[in-house]
Amino acid sequence: MDIKQIQELVKLINKTSIGEITIEEDGKKITIKQKKDPSQKIITNIPAAQMAAPTYAPAPAAGSTPPPEKKESTDSTQNLITIKSPMIGTFYRSAGPGKPLFINVGDEVGKGQPVCIIEAMKLFNEIESEVKGTIVKVLVEDASPVEYDQPLFLVEP
Amino acid sequence: MFKKILIANRGEIALRILRTCKEMGIKTVAVYSTADKDSLHVKFADEAVCIGKPASADSYLNMAHIMAAAEITNADAIHPGYGFLAENSKFSKICADHGIKFIGPTPEMINSMGDKITAKKTMIKAGVPVVPGVEGLLESVEHAKRSAKEVGYPVILKATAGGGGKGMRVVWEESEIQKAYETAKAEAGASFKNDGIYMEKFVEEPRHIEIQIAGDQYGNICHLSERDCSIQRRHQKLVEESPSPFMTDDLRKKMGEAAIKAAQAINYESVGTIEFLVDKHRNFYFMEMNTRIQVEHCVTEEVINYDLIKEQIKIAMGERIVGKAYFPQMHAIECRINAEDPYNDFRPSPGKITVLHQPGGHGVRIDSHVYAGYVIPPYYDSMIGKLISIAQSREEAINTMSRALSEYVIEGIKTTIPFHQQLMKNEDFKSGNFTTKFLESFRMQ
Repeated sequence: MDIKQIQELVKLINKTSIGEITIEEDGKKITIKQKKDPSQKIITNIPAAQMAAPTYAPAPAAGSTPPPEKKESTDSTQNLITIKSPMIGTFYRSAGPGKPLFINVGDEVGKGQPVCIIEAMKLFNEIESEVKGTIVKVLVEDASPVEYDQPLFLVEP
Repeated sequence: MFKKILIANRGEIALRILRTCKEMGIKTVAVYSTADKDSLHVKFADEAVCIGKPASADSYLNMAHIMAAAEITNADAIHPGYGFLAENSKFSKICADHGIKFIGPTPEMINSMGDKITAKKTMIKAGVPVVPGVEGLLESVEHAKRSAKEVGYPVILKATAGGGGKGMRVVWEESEIQKAYETAKAEAGASFKNDGIYMEKFVEEPRHIEIQIAGDQYGNICHLSERDCSIQRRHQKLVEESPSPFMTDDLRKKMGEAAIKAAQAINYESVGTIEFLVDKHRNFYFMEMNTRIQVEHCVTEEVINYDLIKEQIKIAMGERIVGKAYFPQMHAIECRINAEDPYNDFRPSPGKITVLHQPGGHGVRIDSHVYAGYVIPPYYDSMIGKLISIAQSREEAINTMSRALSEYVIEGIKTTIPFHQQLMKNEDFKSGNFTTKFLESFRMQ
């Protein structure tokens, strides 16, 4: 392995999303690591015969992208959807004192189904679910203030 | 005494208001769009409420969202800052209807100065000099020709419904008037849906000199002298200073009295600014009144040692104005630092500030909400800070400003710091020899 071949290898790796490559030849071993993104595939033991035109498998990119903020839950590893507040006001779990709660943990909820009321300036607004699923958690206490985009419920679709 | 003030604004002015509230022992509520959640004033406020998506219409201009935030936090007053809802009479009224004190004027005061033709009529009645012109809208080319003869060329045609240069035409002689009238009308119609045009004498090479005033709830008005804001680019102020290099004691006395008369004519409450055009003979003419705190209020604060935001809050709490006139004791210059590239036609340059080092030392004030690591959102105006120098003379204030600008390091975005550095070395600027036309012929080196 001469310096020119190593340079070619480095150039090649820079062009791909390979994180690390190790080549053994004649008892000599070289490992080249990408500085930026410690990535998904480690390719080892490329036979020396292929040095002139090494083959490689491009690493999958999808696994490393962060989940889209809207739909993913902030804490768990499950695929939970967060229902967020579309307005500012006071959050209520029922239509009035003594009235039944709109939903409880464990309930099935459908698209368009009212899940709570948010009151602002004496106007009561029914908030409807935009997703279908099961209520996993209620994140806000009854009669407490909420702001725009504040997480209200966790739903398992 | 207010217990809690909601700051219905963002950026540097929100921080400015927050600082005075803290000093007065008043709790603060910051409201912010999702784009501003890392904003400095949000971090410093006692409480913060997210009020909507980044677009101003969904957040800072959304009266319902702001009122809802005031309700859930039990704020007893709202400070609107400048821009956004600061001069929105509807918002002033909504606050009053909900028992929340709007820290600013009443809806009637805002409306009386909001419409330019009404404002002018009010000023004429009050004996405040206005730009000579013809009353009412122009009805035809013939009417325009007769009016121009009466006023005397050069004249300017202006749109009644808006500004920013739209629907404006300067006419130097009669042969040009027909074309000017027709194109101004068409442009006004397209820009404001109202093609009403009126005519004024064109004040040649004017200086823009404004007088700061304050009025309480009992009819007392005082003035705090002038600021010279002639350094403007496309009608946007870039540099302001006090005292004006063009001012004389006599002119200041006359303009101060005129400004007080103007404010008294509408029984004005809160702080405000009367803007005048001053021609080369030192004749001054009322241009408009800003019924809010202004960006450049800091300049007056430094030369008169006065906290204008504190004064605004005190007036809103029912305290009385003390004194009639305040005069500059020092010289101060303010440079607006914008996230714009002065080498590329001042193109906006939003993005992340990677390195920030702000100047300091004697005679330097910085009002800025940015910090290293802060990402400037692309949704709002590009001002990232105000750099103010204070000294005993104008020459020293310029030297201090030059020195401070040379220490100011902002990396990651482009800023107008190089523009201000070159301006401070410009001979005409240094000699005080400039009008509102100055920047038209200024070129970056």
